[in-house]
Amino acid sequence: MENLDALVLARIQFAANMTFHILFPTISISLGWVLLFFKLRFVKTGQQHWMDAYQFWVKIFALTFALGVVSGITMSFQFGTNWPGYMEKVGNIAGPLLAYEVMTAFFLEATMLGVMLFGRERVSERMHTIATLLVAGGTTLSAFWILALNSWMHTPAGFEMVGGKAHVTSWLEVIFNPSFPYRFTHMMLASGLTTAFLIAGVSSYRWLRSERGAEVVSGIKTGVYLAAVLIPLQIIAGDLHGLNTMEHQPAKLAAMEGIWETQKGVPAVLFALPDEKTRSNRYEIAIPKLASLYLTHSLDGEVKGLNDFKGKHPPVAPVFWGFRIMVGVGMLMLLISWASVFQLKPWQKNKTSELTVWHARVLVGMTFAGWVALIAGWYVTEIGRQPWLVSGILTAADAASKVTAPRIALSLSVYLTLYVALIFAYISVVFYLARHKKHADKPFGDASDKLEDQPNVVNYTEKQGPAHA
Amino acid sequence: MLDLAPNLTQAAGWMPIAFLVVMGLSMLAYVILDGYDLGVGVLMRGASDDDKDTMIASIGPFWDANETWLVLGVGILLTVFPMAHGVILGALYLPVAAMLVGLILRGVAFDFRVKARAAHKPLWNRVFHTGSLLASWSQGYMLGSLITGFADSAWTMAFNTVIGLALVAAYCLLGAGWLIIKSEGPLQLQAVHWARRSLLFTMVGIAAISIATPLVSPSIFAKWFSFPNIVLLLPIPAATAVLFAVIYRSLQRLPTRLAQGNEYGAWVPFGATVGVFLLAFYGLAYSLFPYLVIDKLNIWQAATSPEAMGVILVGAAVVLPVIVGYTVFAYRVFWGKSTALKY
Repeated sequence: MENLDALVLARIQFAANMTFHILFPTISISLGWVLLFFKLRFVKTGQQHWMDAYQFWVKIFALTFALGVVSGITMSFQFGTNWPGYMEKVGNIAGPLLAYEVMTAFFLEATMLGVMLFGRERVSERMHTIATLLVAGGTTLSAFWILALNSWMHTPAGFEMVGGKAHVTSWLEVIFNPSFPYRFTHMMLASGLTTAFLIAGVSSYRWLRSERGAEVVSGIKTGVYLAAVLIPLQIIAGDLHGLNTMEHQPAKLAAMEGIWETQKGVPAVLFALPDEKTRSNRYEIAIPKLASLYLTHSLDGEVKGLNDFKGKHPPVAPVFWGFRIMVGVGMLMLLISWASVFQLKPWQKNKTSELTVWHARVLVGMTFAGWVALIAGWYVTEIGRQPWLVSGILTAADAASKVTAPRIALSLSVYLTLYVALIFAYISVVFYLARHKKHADKPFGDASDKLEDQPNVVNYTEKQGPAHA
Repeated sequence: MLDLAPNLTQAAGWMPIAFLVVMGLSMLAYVILDGYDLGVGVLMRGASDDDKDTMIASIGPFWDANETWLVLGVGILLTVFPMAHGVILGALYLPVAAMLVGLILRGVAFDFRVKARAAHKPLWNRVFHTGSLLASWSQGYMLGSLITGFADSAWTMAFNTVIGLALVAAYCLLGAGWLIIKSEGPLQLQAVHWARRSLLFTMVGIAAISIATPLVSPSIFAKWFSFPNIVLLLPIPAATAVLFAVIYRSLQRLPTRLAQGNEYGAWVPFGATVGVFLLAFYGLAYSLFPYLVIDKLNIWQAATSPEAMGVILVGAAVVLPVIVGYTVFAYRVFWGKSTALKY
């Protein structure tokens, strides 16, 4: 404990909460749009299996959403409890952005969620579709505002410092700051990929358990095709984001690449153990000149090294490794999603090609792959910003609160226990729902709870078609 | 009080007041709306398994949006009064953490209790109850701290603890009132019974707070017992007493009426309890204004720059009416007796 001062504990606590929180919105943002897709397919074709898919995934959506809400509320308090210096210094910028998130997004999604989940029999089919659209739009709008603020912390713009406080000179520049378009695109695609692999994985799991109806197969297809389309886009977006980082946060990029000395013709380091004591890489395996090629699009391009930022660069190893894990998972996603597409052969109109058992097993293994890449990438960018909280303006140490270490330690241990238990519960319930669809479809609040194997009575056949004609 | 204010014709003068009003109303909306949710959660412990489902069905479509008022209230504190946010939440570090843990447990139990395997349902029901209780109590504790200016002597901690319990009772009264409106049959009668018990504890709690508040806070004492304030304030306890009498009488009459299927006056306990909350809120606002940390930090000292406030105020003026509009829409969709939630 003696080495863990209040600042370190406050950072661990906030990082733990962020890590826990980000898992869930990342799924719910895209799952909301996928639900809208299922709903629209059902309205258009009248095929029941689309509504079945909606009914199944809306449960996971509700669960995910609830976890996102409760951890998000925790975060709104921890801004103040852990980082009071943050709002004091940049409150004029962070304040309105957060306020707009709450006012334009939180209320919309929270209110419409009730209608979306429970209101289908009480409103028209069209209103229910609109509610689904508003929930999906609300989650995305929320991501827009929070990523605008997050990006501003990385690449601040559109402000001036007056009396030690940031004052806005242009809101457009604040919101659309240099890294925002890249970060927002990268994050939305990450959300899409996380959801795509979740849907493909859970559907494959059901498929492996011999549940091979139209609903499950369309789930597999939706997930696999979505992943196959998004992953190349993500690789391009990630590359552009990296170039943007090189321009605005060169120290972060140097840590990602494991480059110590500023040099021309920089090698791409595949493997190494970065050592901050000797300021060098141990056991380095590298491809000569490749990094210069993809970073500067020239074999002899110059890239700044960490030694140019002594004392002001982030811890190297977590950023370096986080980046490799993210890219590695991304490559795996490319490989697996494209291999699955070649297996499913959507271009053959007449034949129906199925997954092989091994394909399905691999997809099950990749169910939460999106989370791994997401967290790794999130650590790259957020640890990569250290020691700054707001680049060039405010360090994390200056923003920290004066709450004593034991108090933080106490609440931290409670939070950590809770988060681990809830992640465990979440994953097991997702697979439990996949195993027990019939049980899960039982109306909640129904007195006939005890009948484990009653048929699926909630399929809304009576509302097909005409309401949306 | 307004002598502390800078020129009220300037943005730096009037905007903090405008935001104090918005923040106060958000907190009030939260306390009433999530108050009934939390009350139902606390009461759930004594219900049968089937009743538990009905009780949760009565709050299911609303709780998420209800909880968002807390985010708005704290959001305004964070964004408009950043100085006070740091001071208040720093001082309330542990009760805030306890409330958040409570809200997390309650919020996730909503979903887990119906989605996890049936054998785990009793566990998640207990989590739901515990989370609701913890969140309610710690909110009361924080209210106590606010009144005592965040002092942490043993005496004030005892005061805060008692306020915590009083708020739990008041939430139960709200929750029971909500259930009387939204449920039928035996559960409805059970809710009347719960409401009676909660009413007793709420009355004792509010009386205790009213007596203790001027004793723990000299500045509130000075404010209450000076002329003409005392004349202006007297209607608050008087009206509260009248509302309690109304609730009491209604709870006496309701069982016979409800047993005959007559819903007339089923709204009275809930409506009158909301009235009590409004009066208590008014009393509190009057006692504290214009301070956010009593005697130490007023709203003008804590406010952010007028430009930032202006940006938020424009958004609030446009968006808040829309929020109220679709909230009303959602309540209308789920109007009437709650039915089993299925999706």
